[in-house]
Amino acid sequence: MKAVKEMSSFDVEKIRKDFPVLSQTVNGKPLRYLDNAASSQVPNLVIERGAEYLKKEHSNVHRGVHYLSQKATTEYEAAREKVRKFINAKEAKECIFVRGCTEGVNLVANAYGRKFINEGDEIILSQMEHHSNIVPWQMIAEERGAKIRVIPMNEAGELIIDEYENMLNERTKMVAVAHISNSLGTINPLKSMIETAHKFGVPVCVDGAQAVPHIRVDVQDLDADFYVFSGHKMFAPTGSGVCYGKREWLEKMDSYQGGGSMIYTVTFEKTTYAPIPEKFEAGTPAIAPSIGLGAAIDYLNSIDLDAAFAHEHELLEYATEKLSKIEGVKLIGTAKEKASVISFTLENVHPHDIGTILDQEGIAIRAGHHCAQPVMQFYDVPATARASLAFYNTKEDVDVLCDSIQKVIDVFA
Amino acid sequence: MSELSDLYQEVILDHNKNPRNFRDIADADKTADGKNPLCGDALRVYVSLENDKVKDVAFKGSGCAISKASASMMTQVIKGKSKQEIEVLFDEFHKMVTGELDIESDENNLGKLKIFAGVLEFPARVKCASLSWHTLHAALNDEQEISTE
Ligand SMILES: Cc1ncc(COP(=O)(O)O)c(C=O)c1O
Repeated sequence: MKAVKEMSSFDVEKIRKDFPVLSQTVNGKPLRYLDNAASSQVPNLVIERGAEYLKKEHSNVHRGVHYLSQKATTEYEAAREKVRKFINAKEAKECIFVRGCTEGVNLVANAYGRKFINEGDEIILSQMEHHSNIVPWQMIAEERGAKIRVIPMNEAGELIIDEYENMLNERTKMVAVAHISNSLGTINPLKSMIETAHKFGVPVCVDGAQAVPHIRVDVQDLDADFYVFSGHKMFAPTGSGVCYGKREWLEKMDSYQGGGSMIYTVTFEKTTYAPIPEKFEAGTPAIAPSIGLGAAIDYLNSIDLDAAFAHEHELLEYATEKLSKIEGVKLIGTAKEKASVISFTLENVHPHDIGTILDQEGIAIRAGHHCAQPVMQFYDVPATARASLAFYNTKEDVDVLCDSIQKVIDVFA
Repeated sequence: MSELSDLYQEVILDHNKNPRNFRDIADADKTADGKNPLCGDALRVYVSLENDKVKDVAFKGSGCAISKASASMMTQVIKGKSKQEIEVLFDEFHKMVTGELDIESDENNLGKLKIFAGVLEFPARVKCASLSWHTLHAALNDEQEISTE
């Protein structure tokens, strides 16, 4: 791959210095943080930006004539513009700040669903969705009398696109699908999937939680109708996130939470609503986390992001090869197009035991169902162990992981 | 790594590999399902009673080494015991793995179950060790299902 050359121009040790968490020891060993799909670490720039906001700029937004309120408002809206640019939305107003991906999906499911989904309609999800892109749709399907249909996948963890295309029909009102699976790492062929849906006039809501921190995302190029993601998986604090929606959809949808900020006028007889994005940002928003998200984007723009992603991809290939050579290791999710996630099981060892033993070696991985129980059911496993990478990980992290897995095997031999 | 070897002691590894009473009891008087939704551990405990004493006990299901070994050893220990005796053990076991009972200094009836005191150092694993006990407790009290979350 072309990555090899770019890799040499990427100075991972320098990047690691930007992330103070990474320099600590855990259980007497250097921390090997391989749980990035759950939550990524935060660089100094974001930490300092958060502190500066709290020290000098904190106030409520959109409500005061005083200096601080205007400052907070300006910074909050500046963060929105950073998001716009980062995902290449047409307008900043199409980027609604939410507290995370889950809230974003709930926003779309409720606000779109109540308006456009009716009895007998169908919502298409995929076998590999995270619970947060399943449950909100099930709830709205039940409320509206609609049906959930599921795009199947093959053993490698790739969606079976023919079946998807056969599933679309005039009753289909929404396709909700992950850009990248958090349990398998599969990168779905979104652009063509969206194109197909649009032939049927069906909008697509993309769960981008695992994509934004690992690949370039361009919502206009994808032609996504909705694109939701969390800040805390892309080097920003928890409590931040974005629900992108095309203006034409957002304007047709009604608010799904009521409160302050989202109104235009209120009388007890009738309330009229604010324009987007405020219409969907009821109450005081997560101001500090959203400004932190803007700072995380500043950080990503300050490094050679393509080189960083290439480094990460090379690590993925390195780890995949090295892990698959360990006897007893079975990789779960072997799609051709993959990013950042390596799920695996170990013969006769439960993932929880793997997790505990690796933790003693300073290695943070996730063991469990990864909020994707239908994926576990598909592979007929109760759980998997999952190592998930970010661009600040190193070959040494992978080497220590592999050596420690050997230790696990020895304990249970 | 001394703590790790406290957790994964030979006895525990052996019970994990060869769990005792790992079967069902077709005409059990009491059964209950225990689940730990966080890690996907799921087991079913079967109990047959005679004169208010446990005549036979067995379990099935899937789980990590700690939960399997704990269930396995539990079935060995409670056979022949009365409900009351089991309640005492349940309480002591629970207190041991949550740090409320010191196996060295506090009087107890735990015997070989003391081996699970090591989970105290691994807070994320306490529920693994206690899942089978909670499930047994539920079965004896005619609850069908418990979840440790
Ligand atoms: C693919 C995917 N979708 C949705 C979510 C939910 O994100 P959050 O918990 O931040 O709302 C996650 C993360 O857990 C995820 O990996």
